[in-house]
Amino acid sequence: MAEKLEAKYSAATQLASRRIEYGEHDDPMEVCFARGWSDGLPVTPPTDERILRMLKGTTRAPNEVIGRIPPYLAECTVEKVAINAVLAGCRPEYMPVLLAALEAALEPVFTLHGVLATTYFSSPIVIVNGPIAKRIGMNSGLNALGQGNRANATIGRALNLIVQNVGGGRPGEADRSTLGAPSKFTCCFAEDESDPEWEPLSVARGFPRGASTVTLFQGHAVEAFVDQKSRTPEALTRSLGMSLVKIGHPKLVQSARAVLVLSPEHYAIYREAGWDRRRIERALHEATIRPGSELVAGADGVGEGIPASRANEQVPKFFEDGLMVVRAGGSAGLFSAILPGWLAGRKREELQPVTKEVRA
Amino acid sequence: MTTELWLRDPTAETAPLRRARTKPPKSLDGLTIALFDIGKTRSDEFLDQVEARFAERKLKVRRYAKPTNAKVAPPEVIDRVAEEADVVLIALSD
Repeated sequence: MAEKLEAKYSAATQLASRRIEYGEHDDPMEVCFARGWSDGLPVTPPTDERILRMLKGTTRAPNEVIGRIPPYLAECTVEKVAINAVLAGCRPEYMPVLLAALEAALEPVFTLHGVLATTYFSSPIVIVNGPIAKRIGMNSGLNALGQGNRANATIGRALNLIVQNVGGGRPGEADRSTLGAPSKFTCCFAEDESDPEWEPLSVARGFPRGASTVTLFQGHAVEAFVDQKSRTPEALTRSLGMSLVKIGHPKLVQSARAVLVLSPEHYAIYREAGWDRRRIERALHEATIRPGSELVAGADGVGEGIPASRANEQVPKFFEDGLMVVRAGGSAGLFSAILPGWLAGRKREELQPVTKEVRA
Repeated sequence: MTTELWLRDPTAETAPLRRARTKPPKSLDGLTIALFDIGKTRSDEFLDQVEARFAERKLKVRRYAKPTNAKVAPPEVIDRVAEEADVVLIALSD
């Protein structure tokens, strides 16, 4: 009721975005489709009442500029973020996470323009750490990478809608993806931090324990990894290495990063043997090193591959920091998931994942 | 009774500016041609070939590049091209 009254009497002074009027016989959901504000799925019509309610989820002023959104470098205010959050179906308490995700996406090293414009499959993958994840009800467990959780589904969706609606990045226009991927609608989940012995991704990336963060990665979801028979960390690592080397193409190296989402049952094998994050990541890096002679263009009768000059090298699939391990998933199932990164990472320093702390 | 009905615009509320395209030159003779490498693998090899062909025809060529295909070209590189060249060939190659 309060928002209704506020919308009626003070929205005009609080909201700067222009009004889009429609007729009394028009369906507002169809108005949103017709205006091109949707990603193909129905959106929630952004009424004054809903926008004002959304803005209550942050202490930041509606007219604060967050940055310029590619591809057309249009200025984006907190109010525009809130309107797109309404479209996506967010609750107001998701706003701090969404704002942090947007700030991460706008860091030059995230290369949001390239992620949008590429012919590859990539889009921002959003990984949330810290107490905010529980507070807003995010899913890090069963089906964490799938459908069914409002926060997971709508935060990632809102970020993509901002790029589309504010930045003007539309499929078939600046978005040149050859095939796209379902993760371009949304891909957002929380890390499972239930094991105090596990170092969360946020801590590994330099933030204190207890801080709430958002990590953005340029990639797509998901590639399945199945191993129901390995029972030692060494065997599981070799097994994971066999799958990790395949991302993009088995003979392409040091051009994409990856996120490995380790399920509880696979993690238990490492945990019981006393392996921590560092040891797992180091061992996985080593497990993906292969002789250059097997990877050069033309080897095995396959044209794809690395230059012949590297035939005598031992070549790792990733750069040293090219693989991030995250824990998530339901308690049953010896399956893990690989989120392959954008292939444009040949120049390691030009393209990095970005982590930002979530502020109120 | 009529009720006022509206939504708020989620876009940047900008409108594209239409400009007429520059007409392609009738001839490349006497013009400076910018060969622009966008940073993709082997773009340089492709442009080397193009440059050699242009050289055979005694055409004036200048080479430009952006540091990586993952990012847009830095404004100063675009400014230099605009200042120093008459036509631009942007190469894409993998």
